[in-house]
Amino acid sequence: MRSVRTLATAAAVGAMILTFGGCGSSDDNKSSNGGATFTPPDLPMKKSLGKGEGAVSILAWAGYAEKEWVTPFEKATGCKATVKYFNTSDDAVNLIKSGDYDVVSASGDASLRMIAAGSVEPVNTDLVPNYKDVYPFLKDRPWNSVNGQMYGIPHGYGANLLMWNKKDVNPAPTDWSVVFGPDAAKYKGKVTAYDSPIYIADAALYLMNTKPDLKIKDPYALDQKQLDAAVALLKEQKKNVGEYWSDYAKEQSAFETGDTVVGTTWQVIASAVDPKKADVEAILPDSGSTGWSDTWMVATKSKHKNCAYLWMNDIISPKANAAVAQYFGESPSNPKACEFAAKGFCDTYHAGDAAYAAKIHYWNTPTAACLDGRKNVKCTDYQQWTQAWTEVKG
Amino acid sequence: MQDVPRKRGVLHRHPRLRLGLLLSPPMLWLGVAYLTSLAVLLITAFWTTNTFTTEIERVWNLDNFRQLWNIDVYRTITIRTLWIAVLVTVVDALIAFPIAFFMAKVASRRWQRVLLIAVLMPLWASYLVKAYAWRAMFSGTGPLNWALDPIGLHLGYGLTATVITLAYLWLPYMILPMYAGLERVPDSVLEASADLGAKGGTTIRRVVLPILWPALFAGSIFTFSLTLGDYITVKIVGGTNQMIGNAVYDSALTGNNLPFAAALACVPVVIMLVYLAAVRRTGALDNL
Repeated sequence: MRSVRTLATAAAVGAMILTFGGCGSSDDNKSSNGGATFTPPDLPMKKSLGKGEGAVSILAWAGYAEKEWVTPFEKATGCKATVKYFNTSDDAVNLIKSGDYDVVSASGDASLRMIAAGSVEPVNTDLVPNYKDVYPFLKDRPWNSVNGQMYGIPHGYGANLLMWNKKDVNPAPTDWSVVFGPDAAKYKGKVTAYDSPIYIADAALYLMNTKPDLKIKDPYALDQKQLDAAVALLKEQKKNVGEYWSDYAKEQSAFETGDTVVGTTWQVIASAVDPKKADVEAILPDSGSTGWSDTWMVATKSKHKNCAYLWMNDIISPKANAAVAQYFGESPSNPKACEFAAKGFCDTYHAGDAAYAAKIHYWNTPTAACLDGRKNVKCTDYQQWTQAWTEVKG
Repeated sequence: MQDVPRKRGVLHRHPRLRLGLLLSPPMLWLGVAYLTSLAVLLITAFWTTNTFTTEIERVWNLDNFRQLWNIDVYRTITIRTLWIAVLVTVVDALIAFPIAFFMAKVASRRWQRVLLIAVLMPLWASYLVKAYAWRAMFSGTGPLNWALDPIGLHLGYGLTATVITLAYLWLPYMILPMYAGLERVPDSVLEASADLGAKGGTTIRRVVLPILWPALFAGSIFTFSLTLGDYITVKIVGGTNQMIGNAVYDSALTGNNLPFAAALACVPVVIMLVYLAAVRRTGALDNL
């Protein structure tokens, strides 16, 4: 009985705290980052490559470190690999802080956060011989370098595509208005969208093309007014959305059962949908799309940096890069990989097609300092996007 | 050879030492692993994070609770979650009562055992398997909608699907305490009621239910608290809906805002404490 009484007391205390929380002062609207420009911690870069330490701990997107190409790497370098897969960019940002991992595959919406937190260090590209072969349009980009210093090795890239079921969606859509515009109501309850705050950028991109008054220049640099407009659009869209997807199997099955007929997707999912169950088509609309460009980075606290560099060099070697690109369903970063990939693979994924790549707005981390270079206004940061996303879902 | 009896003698001569050794591991588990984590949760709720690097900054403030209070969406989510928890509990109680009554009072001993195994059997299967099975059921082309189609009904992913799935998942936790509670009711009491002229319904209302209250509350604590904390089922069959658990998950893992997630996680804790206090007032806990 005593324990119950203690619980009741605790409840009273808890309630008091909540009430207290409700009536505190409400003057401040502070953000700890306060629009300051972003300077990464001053960390040393590796100067020379020594002998492998015999082990490497890899933190990767699911599908990026499979036996097929990890085993040959282990044999060639003597670095015994342990692999941990993460689910979302946000998981990766958390996990890399632990110091348990040597090397990480980061998308653009995670890389800058890792650099700013000092979790990863600058990369000496001279120590990665295969780097010279990487497509030039992937080098020195805002999501993998700071002030001209590379922080990683480009791995591969892809676009978030528009997919639809050809039987149910007529006429064939040509751009995102089928999920954001008035047409979406025709497929009420059967539209899908990606379940992550970063999907706000997809709405912002649509507004960038359709509402010039809002003056959105970069879907990842939204001031409060622009974010509000994107959120309003997403709330409107929600009426037609059947469900949001965050894992690949869920979307695949939703298309196969017919519960979803149109929405955003990845090429790998489009290829996985069983054509007997659903006849789907996926395109990159002319008006562009969001997408990802992934980078391998070295953890600051790593104790196996030689092996980490050896891994980064190996994963962009033509053979391994071809294997991983085919396994995951994205364009490789090394053009020489196309010789090892299945016939027509590089064409399907538009590898090296700079015009295609230019239509992709790669995932980036929204920050208080506007990424599009505006100085007179403060942009919304990723935490605000997270809360906005919770609000969209209601 | 002489050593062993002497050592045994120490424990025998000092009953307090014996009791201390016996109780300290479970008390440590309760105190350190359980209460400390709750305390850490509460403390974290008063900190904040750097919005860019997402490092936790140990500055004491009430911003998290203020946001929780001021932003409408969290109230909507809390109320929705509460509703789901209440509905799941009511549905479970309504389904569990006849089953438990039949098991305890009507079925033969052999059937009693068979039914008990049948009730427990779903607990052998993984939670996810069961939730995904319901996902297939609620699919537009699934068996449920095939069966409902002739009467013009359609049940897709959404809140109804969430309530049904959760009620299915937690049903054994309601049946078992009810069954145990009903077993304690002597048959003679029911017979006496019948002898005095009460019909079946009156007996249940005036004799069985008052004895059953504690068991019902015990079961409801399970179904209610398990539903309050659940965030997976709603992801699988809930369509676009979200519950408190999802909001906590999103702030902690997506937004990397651990302090806000901690503040949000205090909401179900407080609801549960209020519920326990209310149950306690009814006196149901004294009879557990």
